[in-house]
Amino acid sequence: MTVLQKKNESPIAHLTAADIEAIGRELDALRQEVVESRGESDAAYIRKVIAVQRKLELGSRAALLVSMFPPAWLVGTVGLSVAKILENMEIGHNILHGQWDWMRDPKIHSTTWEWDMASPAEQWKHSHNELHHTYTNVIGKDNDLGYGIMRVDEDQRWHPLYLVQPLSNFVNACLFEYGIAAYDLELGKNLASERRRNDPAFRARVKAVLRKIGKQASKDYLVHPLLSGPSFLPTLAANVTANVVRNLWSHSVIMCGHFPEGVETFEKKSIEGETRGEWYVRQMLGSANISGSKAMHIMTGNLSHQVEHHLFPDLPSNRYAEIAPKVRDLFDRYGLRYHSASLPRQVGSAWHKVFRLSLPNGWMAQTTPRNAPAQVVKLVRMTTGGAKARRQLQAAA
Amino acid sequence: MTTTVPQPTPARQPRPALRDRVLKLVELATTPLLPTDYLDLVAPLRSGAALRGRIEAVLPETRDAATLVIRPGRGWRGHTPGQYVRIGVDVDGVRQWRAYSLTSRLGRADGCIAITVKAIPGGTVSNHLVHRTAPGTVIQLDQAAGEFVLPTQRPAKALFVTAGSGITPVMGLLRNHPELTDVVLVHSAPTPEDVVFAAELWSLAADGRIRLVEQHTDTAGLLDAAGIAALVPDSAERATWACGPVGMLEAIEEHWAAAGLADRLYTERFRPTVLVTGEGGTVSFARSGTTLEADGATPILDVAEEAGVLMPSGCRMGICFGCVLPLREGAVRDLRNGEITTAAPGDGVLIQTCISAAAGACDIDH
Ligand SMILES: Cc1cc2nc3c(=O)[nH]c(=O)nc-3n(C[C@H](O)[C@H](O)[C@H](O)COP(=O)(O)OP(=O)(O)OC[C@H]3O[C@@H](n4cnc5c(N)ncnc54)[C@H](O)[C@@H]3O)c2cc1C
Ligand code: FES
Repeated sequence: MTVLQKKNESPIAHLTAADIEAIGRELDALRQEVVESRGESDAAYIRKVIAVQRKLELGSRAALLVSMFPPAWLVGTVGLSVAKILENMEIGHNILHGQWDWMRDPKIHSTTWEWDMASPAEQWKHSHNELHHTYTNVIGKDNDLGYGIMRVDEDQRWHPLYLVQPLSNFVNACLFEYGIAAYDLELGKNLASERRRNDPAFRARVKAVLRKIGKQASKDYLVHPLLSGPSFLPTLAANVTANVVRNLWSHSVIMCGHFPEGVETFEKKSIEGETRGEWYVRQMLGSANISGSKAMHIMTGNLSHQVEHHLFPDLPSNRYAEIAPKVRDLFDRYGLRYHSASLPRQVGSAWHKVFRLSLPNGWMAQTTPRNAPAQVVKLVRMTTGGAKARRQLQAAA
Repeated sequence: MTTTVPQPTPARQPRPALRDRVLKLVELATTPLLPTDYLDLVAPLRSGAALRGRIEAVLPETRDAATLVIRPGRGWRGHTPGQYVRIGVDVDGVRQWRAYSLTSRLGRADGCIAITVKAIPGGTVSNHLVHRTAPGTVIQLDQAAGEFVLPTQRPAKALFVTAGSGITPVMGLLRNHPELTDVVLVHSAPTPEDVVFAAELWSLAADGRIRLVEQHTDTAGLLDAAGIAALVPDSAERATWACGPVGMLEAIEEHWAAAGLADRLYTERFRPTVLVTGEGGTVSFARSGTTLEADGATPILDVAEEAGVLMPSGCRMGICFGCVLPLREGAVRDLRNGEITTAAPGDGVLIQTCISAAAGACDIDH
């Protein structure tokens, strides 16, 4: 894949400027419809999810107090994993988007909410709501694409270091909450120079993150194990497991949102002076949905409706399912591709892309069992040779 | 939640140090939530919780008024008759705060308090409370407040002038101050059926506790201040409490002032008088990062709440200062008198958002 602007056949070539503005107007109207019908049942929904999550967490942690008994360990670990996933996805992510601010309940509000995550809500809101949702899939602007550490596009020049990206992506998945925190701090950029390192604002943010990590880690890895007394170690193991499960799950869901094959990326230049209609179209082409059961939608925080979420990031998540058919109909009418597939397929597709781009352009597609030895030799030469050798070999491909 | 919330709940009662330390320990196990977030699931009215109340009964008074009996949470500090309480009710999923005068007797055996609400045509909260609220509903409460109370030195003679739902704080006073023996009550309502507490007022009158002058304005027309003074020839000797529509209160204030009796008059307003409007402007809230367009006639409080900004508020009519926020830069207009307040960068002028509308671009520190 390559940025949409450089493709021979752009998926939006058939749309006129008037079409794009008409799409914008239709989506604005759809948004308004939901805004006007928000009400008591929506409020009841989020309160219910919060209550269920808290009870599930309490119950699981209670079971873990006697986690030396394997059934208690199993029940507690599964329950805590689910509770942590709900807390991050359907509750935290969506409240921090301001999806529930309209209720004016100070206990369920984007400005007061704090979540069970290494990254403090304040910092995450900036990098996620302001940067990622504004610059969705714009190469060089949207760091969510590969989190600044992966090769996410053919147009990024290949380097041997990218060979490890499947492994680093897996490690990032396991430690996802810390990855997000580092990413929200823009560690790469901010540690690079003396001046940035010593910037007081940056230092204050680092401190806030460390304090938050300290609190979250001491809760899971010290306080609750201590409360479990003789079950200290099993509880510690359970909490580590629940955090890793939650990290793997949220990493997978988020990869599915923008990374599966066929989701478009965009050039920096292309968003200069972008109209509202064009912004909508970029969100439509830059997101992918996951199809599945109602339970799956809730466990993904309704990010399975990534398309709808990116069009309307601040509409209550419980309403995405209801507008999805209308959004899909809009895609159909304007001849646009609505990406939707099951969870295993989207995860598989995203990982396929991670592997493909870890290798030089075209390498994976050109490799067959027959030419494999030659291809491996070429890869080794590209890996060990200098930049010039790489360019020549790539050009010869 | 770890962040404190800009709710106007006054300082909590001091807690014993040991309990504080235990709470700190429990917080280590619940962070980033607080222990209260879990306790609220089962015991929303317990002591130490944000103040709430449970509606125990909704008793119809007239076709469009009802008394709501509320069991306040353990943190309720009681009230003085004549005061009001602010309640936060979720209507269509949206939290709305309004003030209502307390009408109950002090020290009820069941520990409950009561307010009496008249549904206003098109009114969001009043209609919800009168017509669509079921017993068992939990609402948000604030501590009682207000100056519409009797002085410690009880007046020998009292006059109450009320109209419509303005009877409520006066009912709170009459029910709790039997020591007032020389009382005149001049009450106006459109028809006899619209008189809230009619039976109780008649029985007070029958017992000789009060002299009741009932004016049915649909047939007899409105009473003006001179008319009231004429009905109560000794009004100059009486301490006077008045509560009702803005027009009525202003007429009385003028008349009493002219007679040199301003210091013997207490009034309670249910809504601010909006007199002067003008051009609006863009209002930005620096900390929450919200920017919105405000017209020149709507209080900044309402515009901001509408946009989902969590705003501190109180009486919503310019008397309690519960809504004050610093204006970092810009200009606002006081809707009651048109006075313009401006702030240059860094000034941080404190403004009451409930009676201030934008008068140009405003940057508010919130
Ligand atoms: C100190 C204090 C004590 C109060 N005590 C009582 C009480 O004991 N009983 C009681 O019923 N109300 C009382 N009120 C009024 C109450 O707080 C609400 O303003 C009232 O119930 C209307 O709210 P709403 O949401 O129904 O109307 P909104 O939806 O806010 O307003 C709907 C429309 O009605 C108009 N409006 C608002 N208030 C009034 C009013 N009072 N009279 C006529 N029109 C109005 C508005 O301008 C608007 O056009 C008190 C107010 C204050 C400040
Ligand atoms: S809310 Fe009471 S003065 Fe504004």
